[in-house]
Amino acid sequence: MSQQYPALLVIVPLLSALLISIAGWVNKKLCFPIAVAALSVAALSSVGLLLRVLDEGVVLYRLGGWDPPFGIAYYVDHLNGLILNVVSFVALFNLIAAKKSVEQEFPEKIGPFYTLYVLMVTGLLGIVVTGDAFNLYVLLEIAALTGYGLLAMGEDRAPLSSLNYLYMGTIGACFYLLGVGYLYIVTGSLNMVDIAGILPNLYQSKAVLAALIICMVGVWLKMAFFPLHAWLPNAYTYAPSAASSLIAPLVTKVMIYVMIRLVLTVFTPKYAFDTLVISHSIVWLACIAIVMGAILALAQRNLKKMLTYVIVAEVGYMVGGFWLGNRDGMTGAILHIVNDALMTLCAFLVVSNIVYKVKGHKFEDLKGLFRTMPFTMGAFVVAALSIIGVPPTCGFFSKWYLISGGISAGQYGFVVALLFSSLINVILFFRIIEIAFYEPFGNDHAHTSQPECIKEAPLTMLIPLLIVAVGLVIVGVYTSDIVTHIIQFAIPKGIL
Amino acid sequence: MEVITSIKPLLAVLVSLLVVPILISSTRPNVREGWTFVAAIAKFLIVISMLPTILHGNEIVCTVAEVIPGIAIKFRVDALGMLFALVSSSLWIITSVYSIGYMRGLKEHSQTRYFCFFALCLSATIGVAFSANLLTLFLFYEMLSFATYPLVVHHQDEEARSSGRKYLLYIAGGSIAFVLPAMLISYNLAGTLEFSNQGFLAGTGSKTLMLILLLMFIFGFAKSAIMPVHSWLPAAMVAPTPVSALLHAVAVVKVGVFSIIRILTGVYGINLLASLNLGIVVCYIASFTIIVASLIALSQDGLKRRLAFSTISQLSYIILGVALLSPKGMAGGMTHIAMHAFGKITLFFCAGAIFVATGKKNISEMVGIGKRMPVTMVAFFIGALSVIGLPPCGGFISKWNLVLGTLQADQWPMLVVLLGSSLLNAAYFLPIVYKAFFCTKEESLFEKKIEEAPVWCVVPLAVTAAASIILFFYPQPFFGLANMAVKSMLGG
Repeated sequence: MSQQYPALLVIVPLLSALLISIAGWVNKKLCFPIAVAALSVAALSSVGLLLRVLDEGVVLYRLGGWDPPFGIAYYVDHLNGLILNVVSFVALFNLIAAKKSVEQEFPEKIGPFYTLYVLMVTGLLGIVVTGDAFNLYVLLEIAALTGYGLLAMGEDRAPLSSLNYLYMGTIGACFYLLGVGYLYIVTGSLNMVDIAGILPNLYQSKAVLAALIICMVGVWLKMAFFPLHAWLPNAYTYAPSAASSLIAPLVTKVMIYVMIRLVLTVFTPKYAFDTLVISHSIVWLACIAIVMGAILALAQRNLKKMLTYVIVAEVGYMVGGFWLGNRDGMTGAILHIVNDALMTLCAFLVVSNIVYKVKGHKFEDLKGLFRTMPFTMGAFVVAALSIIGVPPTCGFFSKWYLISGGISAGQYGFVVALLFSSLINVILFFRIIEIAFYEPFGNDHAHTSQPECIKEAPLTMLIPLLIVAVGLVIVGVYTSDIVTHIIQFAIPKGIL
Repeated sequence: MEVITSIKPLLAVLVSLLVVPILISSTRPNVREGWTFVAAIAKFLIVISMLPTILHGNEIVCTVAEVIPGIAIKFRVDALGMLFALVSSSLWIITSVYSIGYMRGLKEHSQTRYFCFFALCLSATIGVAFSANLLTLFLFYEMLSFATYPLVVHHQDEEARSSGRKYLLYIAGGSIAFVLPAMLISYNLAGTLEFSNQGFLAGTGSKTLMLILLLMFIFGFAKSAIMPVHSWLPAAMVAPTPVSALLHAVAVVKVGVFSIIRILTGVYGINLLASLNLGIVVCYIASFTIIVASLIALSQDGLKRRLAFSTISQLSYIILGVALLSPKGMAGGMTHIAMHAFGKITLFFCAGAIFVATGKKNISEMVGIGKRMPVTMVAFFIGALSVIGLPPCGGFISKWNLVLGTLQADQWPMLVVLLGSSLLNAAYFLPIVYKAFFCTKEESLFEKKIEEAPVWCVVPLAVTAAASIILFFYPQPFFGLANMAVKSMLGG
């Protein structure tokens, strides 16, 4: 059984998605349990897989028994072992929290929603687990197409912004495919490890350079790396709560994983950092992304939209940290994939609780929420502190590594950009906290005790949120273990 | 010297954290306040139980978890940390008594929230006092920043909101923009963040870099309210008075000063500061604050605002004393942590008692109040004497040593600053007392009938006033601890 984890990870959700779509016709109540079961299997498999990787090192799985480079191979090492866990657990927690809000927002579309949801998670897990560059493209499209569907289910402007995302996402995926095509032309292989073995003789080839750049542009488009971010804010803002809290934490992070995988495994760090001299420029691009993301977030008057711009800034953190090219920077980037997925999940779950109760996510909808939804807002404060980077929440520790990497690489621009964004985050989040805490101002507020009127979201939404919020602190405290046991091995030995 | 491993420092930090869930869930105010006392007394007893070990010249360490490879959340109790922990944990008990009188006297809202965050703040304060390295200190420093925010903005009105903004801007902004990068640069230079008696930055960078880092630390730890990062403190006076008393005269501001002392002595080390002549730079920054803040205090009519500016000036005494780098000066500065705490908390308690009893906030409205509230105003007089630094009050001990320290360090300008500032202190405190007692019948704004604040308010301020006097005759264990700390920092 344990030999089959990599396959289970993808096959079980894939088949369950079919099952859910059938169940949707028969009895809508069956959809949710099937989805939970499927994602639980995926989550358990990813835990099992990570434990095996920690034990034995890289796990190679031949799909259908075909040997690479001709068959599709799944490689699981420390890097994607970690990311698999993030993806599967975030998806599972969000699924449980989503039940009530799905029932409230579109009771007639329960079947299609869960089908698309599970199918999308299949795609994301597949992207992370696969060791085949073309297979990755296929799974990328699965995740993207289901994502467009999920996002389009939202408020009135959702179909339009989802269509916009579809155009941009398709262009991004095409770029990636084009890059892979170049690689196939020069190497004759689609297996990542195989390509990496053939490439060193071709480092002088212009085609390889073109492949790298085209792939990167494609991936950047998909991860909303400024200035290729324009599709993201609207698509996520108008999406249904349950969909945005799946897609916002995971899609950009998985694409960052793809970038890291391409550079570390396919093109190899030696080529990307030593032969080419592009890493400095990319770090500067990341600085611009961070600063612009922060400034644009400041201009919003809508909580959900503000958070989407925070994501844009966070993408800059990870891209910049990775392209610093030193061990601290890469550790920070990989750690931040984990942390940012959790923080964003926490923040978006808060939004979905708020939307569930007050039917809005504009700033003026947030008045008095500390009184009516104290637990949700408590979780929001934890998420805010983590995004700001206050110890002992996890956001502090990835920022620690990122800044440390910036200092030892001598990239002080990146350090300043990170600090600037932290300061802006203080303003962003305390502005929200202020609205929820002070307003509406009473006449004789100070000396009268107002009646307690707690109107919290249902427990199935609240408990996953609180677990995630506590998780932000726990993951932070266990940073040292994550780094020494997992991330350290995910970064090639040559990088200091 | 022995190093003893014990879980006690962790317990001292956690005890008030653990009581928070009980406070939230208790429905009856009396039960809730009961638990606050349990936590406060337990915390004090745990701290006291470590005192003999420290006085014997030993240290207590406790490693909680290694959060970043090579850097742990770790506690280490030494003489300086012990001094600060003793002051804040003992005053928490008294402030809790006072809080009950004040909050109930004014029928404040959200008292549960108030007591919860108070407990959190004390956890963070003790955490800072016992930190063994810069990361742990930073962690608790930040925790304190965010835990005090709901206390500062307790009234939840427009004024509270704008003060809250200022508070966060200076305190959170300073620590993120300056302390965090300075800490990371230090780590990159030295490869460690562990405080040691000789510091860990020696020989790692050029003089310019050391100076820049030092300035980043000093202005980044904005809780010390050194000018020009002081203006959050007067703004924070919108908080309920017990908050101003314990947090903005003792815990929070002294966490800032304490952090700077740790930077000077544990990160840089006396020798490095002396060899690079950095101590004198800090002296001048501090003395500027001392004089200017005293001058501003003269012109304030709001009693709490005048006390706030007085605090700004007194905090810089402590920094000045340590930055003199002479044994007497350092001991005086560290002792001043305790002496100023007892004196200033008395003054704030009095200000709060006046507000509860009469609703008055401004000094000009307090003419003749000594006849109405004699106990309070006598206590105020004692607190003022202590802060000015006159016998028979504790403040004299620390100021005397500070003066001797300037002579030891051969810093005449600093001596002038200290004496000049003492005159200014007298000039802004004594008229209040004089006007309270000695005024004609026509001037007096109060009936001659004695009507004090609730007994829950009056007893604490009488206790702290008495303590200020006792500390003059018996300044132990604070003075002894300060001398021990200085001895170890100067290398035995």
